[in-house]
Amino acid sequence: MTTSLSPSSTPLSPIQLSVVQRKRSSNLFAVVGIVSIAIALMTLIALVLQLFIQGFPKLNWQFLTSFADPEASLAGVLAALVGSCLVMLVTASTAVPVGIGAGLYLEEYIARNKFSALIEINVTNLAGVPSIVYGLLALGLFKYYFNLGESILTAGLTLALLVLPVVIVATREAIRAIPSSLREAAYAMGASKSQMVFDHLLPYAFGNILTGVIIGLSRAIGETAPLVTIGALTFIAFLPDSPIQSGFPFISFEWLKAPFTVLPIQMFNWVSRPEPEFQVNAAAAGIVLLSLTLMMNSIAIYLRYRIQKNLKW
Amino acid sequence: MINIDSTVSQAPPKVEVSNLNFYYGDKQAIKNVNLVLPKNKITALIGPSGCGKTTLLRCFNRMHDLYDGNRYEGEIVLDGQVNILSRRIDPIEVRMRVGMVFQRPNPFPKSIFENVAYGLRVRGEKNKSFIADKVEEALKAAALWDEVSDRLKDMAFTLSGGQQQRLCIARALATDPELILFDEPTSALDPIATRNIEDLMDGLKKRVTILIVTHSMQQAARLSDYTAFMYMGEMLECDRTEVIFKQAAQLRTRDYVSGQFG
Repeated sequence: MTTSLSPSSTPLSPIQLSVVQRKRSSNLFAVVGIVSIAIALMTLIALVLQLFIQGFPKLNWQFLTSFADPEASLAGVLAALVGSCLVMLVTASTAVPVGIGAGLYLEEYIARNKFSALIEINVTNLAGVPSIVYGLLALGLFKYYFNLGESILTAGLTLALLVLPVVIVATREAIRAIPSSLREAAYAMGASKSQMVFDHLLPYAFGNILTGVIIGLSRAIGETAPLVTIGALTFIAFLPDSPIQSGFPFISFEWLKAPFTVLPIQMFNWVSRPEPEFQVNAAAAGIVLLSLTLMMNSIAIYLRYRIQKNLKW
Repeated sequence: MINIDSTVSQAPPKVEVSNLNFYYGDKQAIKNVNLVLPKNKITALIGPSGCGKTTLLRCFNRMHDLYDGNRYEGEIVLDGQVNILSRRIDPIEVRMRVGMVFQRPNPFPKSIFENVAYGLRVRGEKNKSFIADKVEEALKAAALWDEVSDRLKDMAFTLSGGQQQRLCIARALATDPELILFDEPTSALDPIATRNIEDLMDGLKKRVTILIVTHSMQQAARLSDYTAFMYMGEMLECDRTEVIFKQAAQLRTRDYVSGQFG
């Protein structure tokens, strides 16, 4: 308890009045903040809890290893789970290198003029384009023009387009945040521009870049509309060919051309059915999707942790 | 007005600056500067804030090339042979012969060893034992070896401010530069660290020529062999340190060193 500089019976001086008023505003703002967090957290907890309560009974090994089936008790998410994983693999391996490369180029190499300013504005806007528009673009470009068909490759590339602006912006912001003293130190040692970028900027910014990658990939894993547009199936009873083959050359890329489905589409399909057992299936699939997202983010967070601590592999 | 009596000091010039003008866009920051840096001596640049000392310093390793709109006129000739301001000379080449230590210690976010080794790696050096030897030699020359020899793999940020600055000096030394530029190297450090670094610099001049910008006249008087006084972008006077501080030729120099302004 702070003691005031005057006895309590005398009126407050202007300074004390000002302090009291400002403390009141501070406290009010803190209360508003706490209430906002509470509302957001409780909504989130309520959603997740409801999902768990509804879907948890159905979550078992059989569910994870069976294909979809007209009979609700026999239906499982295997095809959708594998589909989501493979599509995200294609998306991540395309969007991350291309996005980081583009971000580096735009931030460090491109000459600053009206043209580059135009590019910067457009890339930032692309991050807000509705995903269905990407679906339409992919339909015309990947599926028909490049003739990639209704395949995992098409799906991965479509989602990569979606994720790309997020990664580019995250890379640019991460690089921009690096103090110029680091750049000058590198140059003063006789480093070339590329040496400065790859030996210093990129390692230093990589943690923040990964954060942007996490955000982008998390958005992609839940996308339904663009994949429906390019022709994701809702009923699949087989898995694509394994990438690892027993005969020569031991690695196969056939799986890229296979038809597919993904978890959000499978969930949507089940939710649309009248039988209540399918609602339970959909909730269980939702838990699987959440877990997959968490796992993917954990890998990225772990990578970021190791890089920031500069730990050796 | 320059008076370097090189026959008396037996110090041949390492660098000669002739008619140097420098512009930040349209604004002229350096006006017709002529200066000689004698070899293996410490030359101090003093002057009031904004007089162009740091601007002049950064011309020596072409740091201004990193930012748009900067323009040099005139020559800075190394060893009587190479004009480092020439457009035909790559700034990277210049920076491989001229090192720099900055005002705030700025070690790389890497280990102590990697900080010192970086200059060698950037030149393509791959021989591990050669690099390790050079790193040890540089850390010893920077009076840091005893303190860090058992923790070379630790991150540079775990060092204190004074140690970080000595690390930056070691980093600059590892590549055997001919000239090292110091931009107020001790202004961000405590008096003990400052003292350590000044002692260090005194020993360094046997192997390198040194140009130091300093705000502290006491430091210039303690440390340097020659002092150059700048005012409003011009080189007003440059002479042996004793002369500048005791019987400078120009009134403004005398006023500055006696603390009348600045």
